[in-house]
Amino acid sequence: MFSSSSLPIQPLCIRIIQPSNLIKRMSVTLQCPGYPEDTLRSLAERLPCRETQLATLLALMGQPDQYSYPSVFIYGHRATGKSHVVLSIMKDLELPHASVDCVECVSSGLLFHQVLSAFFGPDAAALLPRCPSLSDFVRLYKQMSSNSPATQTRYIILDRAERMRDMDFSLLPALLRLQELVNDNVTVILLSEIVWEKFRPNTGCFEPLLFHFPDYSKAELVQILSWDHHPSYTPELYASYINILLGVFFSVCRDLRELRHLAVLNFSKFCEPLEKGEAKESDIHKLWKNIEPHLQRAMQTVYLREVSSVQWEQQQMDEKEATTLRVLSAHAHIELPYYSKFLLIAAYLASFNPARTDRRFFLKSHGKIRKTNFLKKHEKTSNHLLGPKPFPLDRLMAIFYSVVDSRVAPTASVFSQISSLVTLQLLSQVGHDDQLDSPKYKCSVSLDFILAISRCVCVCVRLLDLLALSLVIQSQVVRQERSLFTAVSNLHLL
Amino acid sequence: MSEIPLTSSVSKGCFVFKSASKKRKRHVGVGGYLVDDSDENGSDRFRICQKLWETVQTNTEVIQDQLNKKVLDSLAEFIKKHGLGCSSDVWRQRGRETPTAALMLGVNVPDHAMTFRSLCNLLQDSVTPFVVSVHAKECAAVKLLIQKVLEQLMGRGVSVDEEQEDDTALLQRTQCTISALCQWYKTVTKKCTQVFPQRTESLTNSDLPQSLPVVVIFKDFEAFNSQVLQDFILICRWDLCSEMCYSSIKFLPFIFIFGIATSPSAIQHRLPHSVSSLLCIEVFHSLSCTQHLASVFDKLILNSQFPFKLSSRVIQVLVGIFLYHDFSVQNFVKGLQFSMLEHFKSQPLSMLCCQKQEALLSAKTLSKKNVERIRHLPSFMRYVETQEPQEQVRLLTNDEHVKEVCQKLLKNLHKYHKNYYPILQCLHSLTSSLPKFPLGKHIRELHVSCIEKNLWETEEYDSALQLLRILAKDELVVALRKCAEILKSTKILQNVLQQLEDFIGRLEALEGVSSEDSSGNGILSGKMEYQKTDLFQLQKTLLEKESRRTKRMNPFEVLRSQVIEFIDSLVREYLTPAELQPLNEVCYYSSSGVLRQRLNVTPRTSIQAALSHPFYYLQNESLKTDAGTISSAAPDLCIVYKLHLECGRLINLYDWLEAFLTVMSAAEDQDTNSEECGKYDSLKHARFIQAVSEMEFLGFIKSTKQKTDHVARLTWGGC
Repeated sequence: MFSSSSLPIQPLCIRIIQPSNLIKRMSVTLQCPGYPEDTLRSLAERLPCRETQLATLLALMGQPDQYSYPSVFIYGHRATGKSHVVLSIMKDLELPHASVDCVECVSSGLLFHQVLSAFFGPDAAALLPRCPSLSDFVRLYKQMSSNSPATQTRYIILDRAERMRDMDFSLLPALLRLQELVNDNVTVILLSEIVWEKFRPNTGCFEPLLFHFPDYSKAELVQILSWDHHPSYTPELYASYINILLGVFFSVCRDLRELRHLAVLNFSKFCEPLEKGEAKESDIHKLWKNIEPHLQRAMQTVYLREVSSVQWEQQQMDEKEATTLRVLSAHAHIELPYYSKFLLIAAYLASFNPARTDRRFFLKSHGKIRKTNFLKKHEKTSNHLLGPKPFPLDRLMAIFYSVVDSRVAPTASVFSQISSLVTLQLLSQVGHDDQLDSPKYKCSVSLDFILAISRCVCVCVRLLDLLALSLVIQSQVVRQERSLFTAVSNLHLL
Repeated sequence: MSEIPLTSSVSKGCFVFKSASKKRKRHVGVGGYLVDDSDENGSDRFRICQKLWETVQTNTEVIQDQLNKKVLDSLAEFIKKHGLGCSSDVWRQRGRETPTAALMLGVNVPDHAMTFRSLCNLLQDSVTPFVVSVHAKECAAVKLLIQKVLEQLMGRGVSVDEEQEDDTALLQRTQCTISALCQWYKTVTKKCTQVFPQRTESLTNSDLPQSLPVVVIFKDFEAFNSQVLQDFILICRWDLCSEMCYSSIKFLPFIFIFGIATSPSAIQHRLPHSVSSLLCIEVFHSLSCTQHLASVFDKLILNSQFPFKLSSRVIQVLVGIFLYHDFSVQNFVKGLQFSMLEHFKSQPLSMLCCQKQEALLSAKTLSKKNVERIRHLPSFMRYVETQEPQEQVRLLTNDEHVKEVCQKLLKNLHKYHKNYYPILQCLHSLTSSLPKFPLGKHIRELHVSCIEKNLWETEEYDSALQLLRILAKDELVVALRKCAEILKSTKILQNVLQQLEDFIGRLEALEGVSSEDSSGNGILSGKMEYQKTDLFQLQKTLLEKESRRTKRMNPFEVLRSQVIEFIDSLVREYLTPAELQPLNEVCYYSSSGVLRQRLNVTPRTSIQAALSHPFYYLQNESLKTDAGTISSAAPDLCIVYKLHLECGRLINLYDWLEAFLTVMSAAEDQDTNSEECGKYDSLKHARFIQAVSEMEFLGFIKSTKQKTDHVARLTWGGC
């Protein structure tokens, strides 16, 4: 095992919100009556940097035969070890438990089914009626638990509990006090990435015990990631590799799984100088120089899944630095039929130009418009910042006819192209009333896309003028920087 | 009332009697529709047409298979690689990413079905029996999607062996979950390994014996609800954590295939990073639709073996629909089918439109009526006019002679086609490398201009020849070589091939003889290439060259002009327009107007035509009117429509009613207007209201709240 002596571990603080008197600050050495000591020790070893959480949880659970708190709500960001810790406890201590992933439960019936079959076997679950209600579940649970009363606390673990909010509104309050309802020693543990305030139903409910799993700090990440070091290299080398990796990625990503994935992907590249004999394991600086640009490139490609991990590895094998892989977003160009292109251009113009300006842009003999008051004040802010506006079909067709050079008959296929553009999600339909008379659409493609299309379509300079005009009006274009978004989503602002 | 059949029942009630008139059958089969009193060989034509259609179908399928082979094979390779080998390396933990193939198919959605069908077949034959394909419209929710997947997978398992019926019964209950699928998968793979021992042997290399992948094909990725997709991917993920903790229930080697019509970035638009990080995406490109069309065109239209031909206008209509509207090869083939049906139905002489021997045979046995029809063909009449007077009389009177001539002409027509296509290809290969493509980039454009008019009279042809005249020697040799290749593969026109090879030989022999000349020539041609983009410069140099040629020409230039002359003579001999060939009407379908009307419909125009000219559809003599007047004999709806054209955006209902009544009363009582004026009976009122609501139904007007007693017009223009 890798010794963590060289790496300082920050003292962890537990944040327990309620009720604080229940939990006392514990020493890291686990001592819980009722559980075998050596299992606890191995458990603590397997859950690095989560010792405090482990101890707290065990304290909450109490001895196996004692009644536990009816419901516990555990929250923390993605990959902070919530389900891992809880499920490891359950497994290692061989406690009776039912673990359910709420994404899978498309109906509450499935949830009941899984819980019952985990506690009482599939035969019990088969007794559930076709569309079981909550009371069916409670009745069946009572019946079963009277036959085989709990000798140990039973645990129901609901992963991704935020999905419960979309299910039956009475389900969550009922599960929170299931212990009372079924009169059995059962505890419901909810795991979620978002805070309890977003759960609380407006009718009020039993408040569960809240328990926060904090993010791993950088040092903790290093410690955990150093765990899966390569057998053929020393742990120290792997740890320094992880340090370098975190130096690049820590600012954009703190997801442990993602980091672990990246660590695995890039390690062979890191070891390359070692295998070639160009550097020794102690030459950290040399190794860093070798891997650093590579990791930067990885951040732009494989981390964003622009390049699949297999392709990334193959590229490393091939050793050809010059050949840049064709990334996913590089294939942005779409071949469209001739009229579809014009329809899309017309839709773009209709979406981003104010309707008042149509006369000026598309009529040959438009009246004189005073330049000073041409645009109202609120229209001077960039339309691209405001996003596309809906427009009726009539306006789209009018612009379409004026944009296309030749005369186009209003054939059925022109109209069907509009609906196929909608299914391709290049246009989107707005509102669902009045579909027959005047459907409304929005254009959902970017300016770059439209410019590419108009470049390959138009011989006529006029169209480019139009687009240029709309550009002048809409001063600034916000480029969608995908990595920026990812960074934001990693901050978990919900 | 007299025909109430008696029953033996004493009670009152409803009794069902089957009508006795069912014995009369209309027609036997589809072919029966073609048998008409005036049409003695309809069934023959139907048979020929069907045979041709079958060849079209098999050909298109073969083409599609050939063109798709590469991408499908690489897909199968991808799935094999991920399904069998990859998860063995424990340290790398690749398993947590679900392998995903993004299959780029282009926007021609109608063509996708065929690709997916062959993909499914290929995968089932060579990789895994567990292939599921789902459509977006069947899967509006995750539940439905899972249900669909389970249905297809487990249903297949049952069809393989019958003992598993209890499993499906179990499925009928609430068990629509992935864990149920896992259970099923375990049992099936166990059975599979028992059934196919050789498969187990191959699998012992990897440490996971049950790794036949489950392939899920999302046929139209864009149309899926993104939430549904995200949930499904989350459920199907193979997580390290869940692998450890949910014991082995979760082990199911899923592989996704996304059929994407637009671009791969669609994946990133649909899925957030947390979900797309669970996928290991590789992109596969299927063939482009224009390339597909080109090969279909080569096989079906530029082929002398295929007797049915399209005229230039028809080709333009079909290609126009393809390029302007849908990019769909399927629709193009459907258009071809439609024109075939239309041709064989409307042209009685199309019975001669088949393979040569068959055509000659049926030409021998032409009926009297058909001989008369041949005499009335414009192309035949033109032919007759060119003959001697004596021959003309014979052709117009003697039926047997016409039959013989007809056979001869048919032979000529076949020969014309046989020679036409190789020469066309040669000309295309010569001109397709010229700058700015004077004769078109694609061979279809060249074909259209060839069968439309005399190619050598067009300006484009002249400019193409001009450009050919300044080709450098090596370019010319390469181009001629290509032509020779084309001619060699067809095995006809041997004398032309001979001459071509002769030219090539002479050009090559030139090398040694006049090295000093060719060096000067090389400088010239080098300069030419340098200035290729500037048309004005090019013209000037051409003129210069023209003037210089009068002075002196080196042997290469002499030879080159000979070659060009030769090509020109070939074009003039073989690429004559098809319309000039006698009896071309037999093979060529030329009514492009009908085709456009049928395939590229304009619903609004036809509604407007029906409303403004009711005679066009109703064919009632009394409805014939001059333009601009409103006849009272027309249906109410038409009158109301015409009146509303004279209004602005808002229409006053009362004024409209008044005008309607005036039109109605104009015809019936012009002299008794004194008492009727200003009054109307409730019948007319009701007719007006009905007509107005029909107008609303058709979408010309709608009620408005801006003004009382007014309706708003929804169409503009008109008056």
